[in-house]
Amino acid sequence: MPLLELAHLQKSYGPVKALKDLSLDVPEGCLYGLLGPNGAGKTTTLRILATLLAPDQGTVQVAGIDALQDPRSVRCLMGYVAQEVAIDKILTGRELLQLQGDLYHLRPANRDKRMQELIALLGMQDWIDRRCGTYSGGMRRRLDLASGLLHRPRLLVLDEPTVGLDIESRGAIWQVLRELVQEGTSVLLSSHYLEEVEALADRMAIIDAGRVIAEGTPDELKQRLGGDRVTLRVREFSDQHEAERLQRLLQPVEGVLQIVVNRAQGYSLNLVVEGDHVLQRLRQQLDQAGLPVFALAQSRPSLDDVYLQATGRTLMDAELAVAGQRDTKQERKQSMR
Amino acid sequence: MTSPVATPTSAPMAELVQETTALTRRLFLQLQRRPSTLVAGVLQPLIWLVLFGALFSRAPEGLLPGGISYGRFLGAGVIVFTAFSAALNAGLPVMFDREFGFLNRLLVAPLRSRSSIVLASVIYITTLSLIQSLAIMATAALLGYGWPGMAGLGLVLVTLLLLVFAVTALSLGLAFALPGHIELIAVIFVFNLPLLFASTALAPLSFMPPWLGWLAALNPLTFAIEPIRAAYAGPLDLSVVLLDAPYGPVSGYVCLLVLMLLTAGLFLLIRPLLNRKLS
Repeated sequence: MPLLELAHLQKSYGPVKALKDLSLDVPEGCLYGLLGPNGAGKTTTLRILATLLAPDQGTVQVAGIDALQDPRSVRCLMGYVAQEVAIDKILTGRELLQLQGDLYHLRPANRDKRMQELIALLGMQDWIDRRCGTYSGGMRRRLDLASGLLHRPRLLVLDEPTVGLDIESRGAIWQVLRELVQEGTSVLLSSHYLEEVEALADRMAIIDAGRVIAEGTPDELKQRLGGDRVTLRVREFSDQHEAERLQRLLQPVEGVLQIVVNRAQGYSLNLVVEGDHVLQRLRQQLDQAGLPVFALAQSRPSLDDVYLQATGRTLMDAELAVAGQRDTKQERKQSMR
Repeated sequence: MTSPVATPTSAPMAELVQETTALTRRLFLQLQRRPSTLVAGVLQPLIWLVLFGALFSRAPEGLLPGGISYGRFLGAGVIVFTAFSAALNAGLPVMFDREFGFLNRLLVAPLRSRSSIVLASVIYITTLSLIQSLAIMATAALLGYGWPGMAGLGLVLVTLLLLVFAVTALSLGLAFALPGHIELIAVIFVFNLPLLFASTALAPLSFMPPWLGWLAALNPLTFAIEPIRAAYAGPLDLSVVLLDAPYGPVSGYVCLLVLMLLTAGLFLLIRPLLNRKLS
């Protein structure tokens, strides 16, 4: 039985359908990544899971417990680290952790011992007794991670744990998450960073427009696409005319499955290829036509290609598409009680 | 790592105490590090007391009922105003927690009962307002405006508690009903002073035109001011008529009863709202 089962979740905010029939199973003991652009429904999904939000339709089961019927038991099992860190600026980090420990009803002795462990684990010794108002983004996120881990949850849920963080803090958080999974805690995290999911996740789901569009291990997803990816530039910036001419020239080359002109990248060509020595043949073809080669590189398909295949656009394009549409004020209101 | 430290089966009462204590402690830590609310809450009534006391210090003897000095008359009003203003602000910390998302942090935790969030606010604001009121009472005593006897002090505290509970309920209700702290502060701002002026804090009913007399005789502050004034005036007798209201005489017992009903009524009124917002 999976640790977490989300079945047919639907949630609307007024006329906006945030979730349209989203289903997801997360097995115990793995690090599960939810990948998707902003506005795909990741945060809504995690807020429902954290019992902060009731879905319009669908069911949530954590370790066999119905989260809608018995939210308190689910809260005991779960640590939740929200995206926007709400922190009491007047309290010190230690006081905030104590408060958190009391809200989870840890015995004071247990609580303090556990706090010491986490302070050491997350490298917070130097500043834990300073007021939270003085913390940097990375410090806040570490403190929040600590407060999510205080009661040793069976499932840790993180919403965009490293968004906007410096590389050092990001590395520290990644390290802790890896260790947690090794020690048996299940972790579910959302991210719109491909590298993050790629680097951390044992399994993953790609979410787009409120539903799951692909699910599996990162390798499975990439292999399912098949073929390799080749990027070609004949000069640093081409024009459309030249790009189309190249497309016609290279399409017949053996092993080339598909050629896409990437306008956003200076009319470079993105090729899907299969078989051996395709790069060599491409080079020959270009030589015969007397064309220069500025850059020619082959790579395995990436998660971005997986996303592209499923939605017809790259993750970055999806981000840009919603960038101007988001109403952060409205979203804040939705999360307010 | 897998064995949870928190188990949902341990003693419910102990858990309730633990979470309420922790939430209350947070509010007091905030107060300790940002004592300006405490200081301002004492300073403002103090200024009232000194300025208004001085303003009417030359009022002819025997003008006020019972022939007391204006300073003595004013004392009760300012004490009640102090507690009232403090309690009216009860909703602000809750509102900020709602707005900044700290409330969500509390709601993700397996609280035994979410009433502990409300309870912590009530404990905090009650303590704060009583400390402020006592500070004002001590100052009034130093200014020569008297001090109630032991029984009188008891009555003062009971009356203040009832008023504080009622106003705290109102303020917490507003904190969940209004969209943000700007609106809450606006409501507090609009009601605070007019309620003071439309009560018997600054002048007796007999000084007021009939319409204002009606307002003052219906104003909850009046029902708190009169018993406290009586406690200061001398031998305690709650059956005595304290207020000659336009609708009839009001005894000390009636004053306390009205405050009790008001408190109970307001808590019943906000309960569905709190249940909905905290569910």
